[in-house]
Amino acid sequence: MAKMTLETLRKLREEQKEVIERRDSGEKSIHIIVGMGTCGIAAGAKEALNVFLGEAYTRKMDNVVVKQTGCMGLCYAEPTVEVKMEGMPDTLYGNVDAAVARKIVNLHLLGGKLVNDHVFDYPARDINKE
Amino acid sequence: MPIKNYCLVCGGSGCAAGKADAIYHGLLSAADACGIGNDVQIVKTGCFGLCEKGPIVKVLPEEAFYVEVKPEDAETIVNEHLLKGRVVDSLLYREKGADKTNLSEIKFYQKQKRLVLRNCGVIDPEEINEYIARQGYAALEKVLFEMTPEDVLEELKVSGLRGRGGAGFPTWLKWKFSADVDSAEKFIVCNADEGDPGAYMDRSTLEGDPHSILEAMTIAAKTVGADHGVIYIRAEYPLAIKRLEIALKQAREFGLLGDDILGSGFSFDIEIRLGAGAFVCGEETALLASTEGNRGMPIPKPPFPAIKGLFEKPTVINNVETFANIPLIIEKGGAWFNAIGTEKSPGTKVFALTGKIENSGLVEVPMGTTLREIIFDVGGGIRDGKEFKAVQTGGPSGGVITKDYLDTPIDFDHLTAIGSMMGSGGMIVMDEDDCIVDITKFYMEFCVDESCGKCAPCRIGTKRMHQILEKITTGEAKLEDLQKLKDIGLATQKASLCGLGQTAANPVLSTMKYFEEEYLEHVRDGKCQAGKCKELVSYTIDAEKCIGCTVCARKCPVPCIAGERKMPHVIDQDKCIKCGACFDVCKFGAVIVA
Repeated sequence: MAKMTLETLRKLREEQKEVIERRDSGEKSIHIIVGMGTCGIAAGAKEALNVFLGEAYTRKMDNVVVKQTGCMGLCYAEPTVEVKMEGMPDTLYGNVDAAVARKIVNLHLLGGKLVNDHVFDYPARDINKE
Repeated sequence: MPIKNYCLVCGGSGCAAGKADAIYHGLLSAADACGIGNDVQIVKTGCFGLCEKGPIVKVLPEEAFYVEVKPEDAETIVNEHLLKGRVVDSLLYREKGADKTNLSEIKFYQKQKRLVLRNCGVIDPEEINEYIARQGYAALEKVLFEMTPEDVLEELKVSGLRGRGGAGFPTWLKWKFSADVDSAEKFIVCNADEGDPGAYMDRSTLEGDPHSILEAMTIAAKTVGADHGVIYIRAEYPLAIKRLEIALKQAREFGLLGDDILGSGFSFDIEIRLGAGAFVCGEETALLASTEGNRGMPIPKPPFPAIKGLFEKPTVINNVETFANIPLIIEKGGAWFNAIGTEKSPGTKVFALTGKIENSGLVEVPMGTTLREIIFDVGGGIRDGKEFKAVQTGGPSGGVITKDYLDTPIDFDHLTAIGSMMGSGGMIVMDEDDCIVDITKFYMEFCVDESCGKCAPCRIGTKRMHQILEKITTGEAKLEDLQKLKDIGLATQKASLCGLGQTAANPVLSTMKYFEEEYLEHVRDGKCQAGKCKELVSYTIDAEKCIGCTVCARKCPVPCIAGERKMPHVIDQDKCIKCGACFDVCKFGAVIVA
């Protein structure tokens, strides 16, 4: 690394900020939670996960955090993905392959519309709460 | 490929002792073995503060806070959490009595405000880019290109920042004294000679965020017109030294230290001086003497180091925590800082919370927080449900604070008013099992060892006080010895040359004030309630309660306990070494301490 000037330092800070902010989930408004239980992985959850990560990265969607979780109990509908964001109901999507994942990004995250044919309800939400 | 998970492994000394390094490498190799080495980033960070539960591993973005992790758990974390997204429930931190695992709900962090420790546990301290990403060196930019030295002093004045080394002297004034002196050569010195027993705030700051100190020292240099800096750190802090050396190297490579910093025309460099761990070298004039290569002994002040310091040149000397606040004040403004804490002591204070406390560790709270909040909310209360007795602040220079003063807001002035002091931030919690005279004797022994011997009041005074305390704990003292102890204490306080001697009697005077009855019990009645002073204690067995289970007899190391099975046992008083093992193992409360 050559010695820096004021400009190069500022540029470096901007670049690095993006890198480190990706770690921080506390302030982010859009949460995408991918079910990565054995069933989810077997059904291809990893592909969906990679799509979400990749899209958030290339489109510089700084407010998106992609998390993983275990099996949500909807093994018949794996891979499952939960999307939580302001202005939209918490939604559970099933049978999310790479193409559906891209649809979720375009329609749900950017367009504010639910993705038809893939919305699933919570498994026995009333029971879970107790 | 973007990163999926971030694993932050605590790299502080406490967790390192718990094999954090093996965990770190375990995570790396397990991730590679699963083929996800490129999808996760495993980072070694600074101290998270909850040292009691170390080693700590935090996994983002799930915010899973794993505690007491063992090297063999690394594989589990990778296989379960990183690979399959299943949070490893058994390793999650749980607050006592509550089943909360969510970080924001944990009391330990709720009442804290982490300014000095802002980057500890967040960034990789060995990576300058991560510091820069968190606004690192932005304050330096401002100072080099936008602010005049007067602006900086004004900002510090508005902030009201006071030296965190213990005395609480206004930082801006110290800087101004040096700035006003006309001298071709000036020095900036960072006092990292932290030596209070049980205190490790500065070590953790240096280990977790070394660049913040380098940045602050450069800001000080620009403000007062110095071109050379020294970090005086004890050789017993190898990890902090290593991280500082890495930080210095990176800063030089980036042109943030050395000649013509960022093309501003200003030049400054820093070197590390290792101390041999003498407590007196934390005193600034002794520290400077030691830095010059002389024996570390204090000299009378004035002249103060700000006017005539290292090699007789004007020297700004601040401690680590003071420096760590500087970049924030410059960046966010003095008024912002002044709004935190109390009117006369703005800002936060880092404490090393140790002793009989549930969550021992590193905590940072706004000034004005009460002791009760620190001990019972952040600290989680006294261990094993015992009764709180006192808390010792300020180390061997401080005093005790009793139950009656638990609601005292903590700042420089309040602590001094109740006979203790802020000190550097050690906070040792005592419970009913601690003997106050015994603790006082421990501190005095420390002062006897650490007194440099230059002035008679400290050299002789501490020794005599220790002798009297020894007599009290062995039951040989008379009532007039208590008065003598007080007299010597006051004389040592008044006549000693430097801070070490002037404050050495504080533990004695403060405990005699608040626990007079306990001293009297030792001397008059020959009793030690806590059972710590062995010469004053005897162990006997209550024949009514003893069921003859023989556990005590089997545990006795001498052995001096006799008795048939299912018959009351008897302790042979002549042979008993008063180790207390029988008392600890008896399930029927039959062993009596008197």
